Amino acid sequence: MKIMVAIKRVVDYAVKIRIKSDKTGVETTNVKMSMNPFCEIALEEALKIKESGFASEVIAVSMGPAQCVDTLRTGLAMGADRAIHVDAPATLFPLSVAKLLKALVEVEKPGLLILGKQAIDDDCNQTGQMVAGLLNWPQGTFASKVVLDKEKNVATVDREVDGGLETADLRLNQPRYATLPNIMKAKSKAIKKMTAEELKVEMRSDMEVVQVIEPPKRKAGVIVSSVDELVDKLMNEAHVI
Amino acid sequence: MMQRLAVAVAVARQRVGASLPQRTPAAFFSTSMLFDETQIKFKEGVQQFAQDQIAPHADKIDKMDSFPEDVNLWKLMGDFNLHGLTAPAEYGGLDVGYLYHCLAMEEISRASASVGLSYGVHSNVCLSQLVRHGNATQKDKYLRKLISGEHVGALSISEPGAGSDAVGIKCKAERVDGGYVLNGNKMWCSNGGIADTLVVYAKTDVNARSKGITAFIVEKGTPGFNAAQKLDKLGMRGSGTYELVFENCFVPKENILGEEGKGVYIMMSGLDLERLVLAAGPIGIMQACLDVALPYVRQREQFGRPIGEFQLMQGKIADMYASLQSSRSYVYSVARDCDNGKVISKDCAGVILVAAENATQVALQAIQCLGGNGYMNEYPTGRYLRDAKLYEIAAGTSEIRRMLMGRELFKDQ
Repeated sequence: MKIMVAIKRVVDYAVKIRIKSDKTGVETTNVKMSMNPFCEIALEEALKIKESGFASEVIAVSMGPAQCVDTLRTGLAMGADRAIHVDAPATLFPLSVAKLLKALVEVEKPGLLILGKQAIDDDCNQTGQMVAGLLNWPQGTFASKVVLDKEKNVATVDREVDGGLETADLRLNQPRYATLPNIMKAKSKAIKKMTAEELKVEMRSDMEVVQVIEPPKRKAGVIVSSVDELVDKLMNEAHVI
Repeated sequence: MMQRLAVAVAVARQRVGASLPQRTPAAFFSTSMLFDETQIKFKEGVQQFAQDQIAPHADKIDKMDSFPEDVNLWKLMGDFNLHGLTAPAEYGGLDVGYLYHCLAMEEISRASASVGLSYGVHSNVCLSQLVRHGNATQKDKYLRKLISGEHVGALSISEPGAGSDAVGIKCKAERVDGGYVLNGNKMWCSNGGIADTLVVYAKTDVNARSKGITAFIVEKGTPGFNAAQKLDKLGMRGSGTYELVFENCFVPKENILGEEGKGVYIMMSGLDLERLVLAAGPIGIMQACLDVALPYVRQREQFGRPIGEFQLMQGKIADMYASLQSSRSYVYSVARDCDNGKVISKDCAGVILVAAENATQVALQAIQCLGGNGYMNEYPTGRYLRDAKLYEIAAGTSEIRRMLMGRELFKDQ
C-alpha cells in the first residue's frame, strides 16, 4: 500500500509576521519558510506506518511555486521515498488543493492519505475534509492515534475533540530529525513535477482576498461603577446587547 | 486492499493553552551566502537537535559542573552522526569535511558551550589525530567506538610547566622491553578524566626540544595512569578539565602514534584544524548572546518604550551582529578552503583569534543589554561570558596566535 502525504510550505512558526503595506497579505519576501508543523506530524505518522510494515512507499506532495521543492526535500530527508511537486500559484485555497489532491490520488492510487490538521498561515482546517468528500473516502479528523489492522483491512482513529477524551500523549507523534546521511540521500530521491493541466484540474479561484489587516490592538480593561454603567457600555460600546 | 481513508492529523490541545512542538524560536540570520542547501539543512537539523536535547541541560551543567546523569549526551550526539563528520565511512564516519564539523560545533556550542568544548575536543582534537596518523590496526581498534559515542576521546599536551611552550614538555617516555614507560604530570586536559582513549605527548628524548616528542595512544584504566583532579574553572563548567598523572605507566609499542621522535609534526599539524573547528565554538556563543539579547531589548520597556528603540541600544545590537557575521564569514571561508586542501596556518590561527576575542566582547555586551538582569545568574549571559573567555586561551593563547600569524606574514613574499 502506498501512503500519500500532503505538505505545505508556510512562514516558519517562529517568525513574527508582518502585514504587507498594501494589505493584500502577509509579508513573505526574505522571510524564513518551513514545512507546516502539522504536516511534519502527518509525514512522521506515515513514516511510522511504513516502518511497521503496513505500507511500501511514502509519497510527499506539495502544491505551489518552485520553492516548494525545498520543503519536499526536507520531507525526503525525513524519509519519504519520493515526492511530487504540482506547479501552482502561491495562493491556493483549500478547494483547489483538494481538487489537485484528488487528481493525484487518482494517478498514484495510494491506500491512505494523511494531511496536517491545518496550515498555520490560513488556519483553514478544510483541505482534508474536502478531499475526502471529493473522493468519497471515509475520513478521521483530529487524529490523536492511528492504528492499522492488516487482517481486517481497517484503520482505527482516535479523535481528540474539545469536550472529549484526553489521552496521556498530547500529540500524535514527535517528528523525527533529518540526519545528515538522510539529507544527503534525499538529494538523489525523485521529485516529479506536474501541472494542473496534466492533472485535468481547472484552477479557478473561487475566493478573493479582499483585505488582510492586523487584529485591533488590545485595549486596557475598564472597571465600571454600577450595573447601569455596565449595561450602557455593553449596549453602546461593545455592541453585544 | 486497505480500506481507503483520508485522515486529518492534529495536535491534541491542552486545556490550559495550546502548544505546538516544543522548539525554542531562535534568531534566524541570513547566512545563505556562506552555505549551500544541504549545509543549511544540516545546520538547521543540528540546531533543532541541540535546542531540544542539549539546551535544556545547559544551565544545570554549568551549576553542577558536570554532564547530566539521566541522559547520555555523547551517545545522543553519536546517534545524530555528529562525532565522525571528518572521519572515514568505513569506521562509521560521514567524511563530509570541516565545514560540516564547524556547523555542528557552532550549533552545539550555541546550546551549551561546555558541551561544545567537550564535543570539539573529542571529535576533532582527539579523533582527527587518530584518523590522520593512526595505522590500520589502531584505527580499527579505537575509531568505531569514538565515532559512535560509546567512547570518549581526549588529547594531552600541556603540563604545569609547559603551556604556550608546548615543546618544552617534560613527561618522560622511557623505552623498555615491548614498549615505553611514561612518567610525568599533565595539566588542563579536557575530557581527560572521563576519556576512554587519549592521545598523549611525551618526550622519548628529554634533552631534545621538538625532536624528542612522541605521540602515544593511552587507554583509560592503564595501570599507572590516573586523573588526579578535576579542575575548578571559571567557565566551561561541566566540560571536565583534568590534571593527569603518569607513574610508571607502561604503554605497548603498538600504541605509538606515528613514529618515535616525530610527534611534533603530529602535534603541529593537528593544531591548525583544531583551531578552525574550535573557532566555531565562540561563533555559537555569540549567536546565543543575540538569541537572548534581541528578544529582551524588544520586550523590556523603560520610559514607556522598548529599550531596543533607544539609539545606544540599537548601536549595541548592531555591533554584536556585525561581530558575529564577520567572524562567522571568516571561519566558514577558511573551513571551505581547508576542505579544498588549502590549510593555511595563519588563517586557522586568525579565525580563532578573531572569533574568540569577539565572543568575549559580544558576551559583555549581552550582559549590558540585559542590564541588572544580565548580572543575575538566573539569566544565561553571565555563563556566556565565562564560557567565551576560554577560547582566548585554549588551543594556543591569543598571544601565541598573534605571534604565529605575524611570523608567517613576515616570512611570506
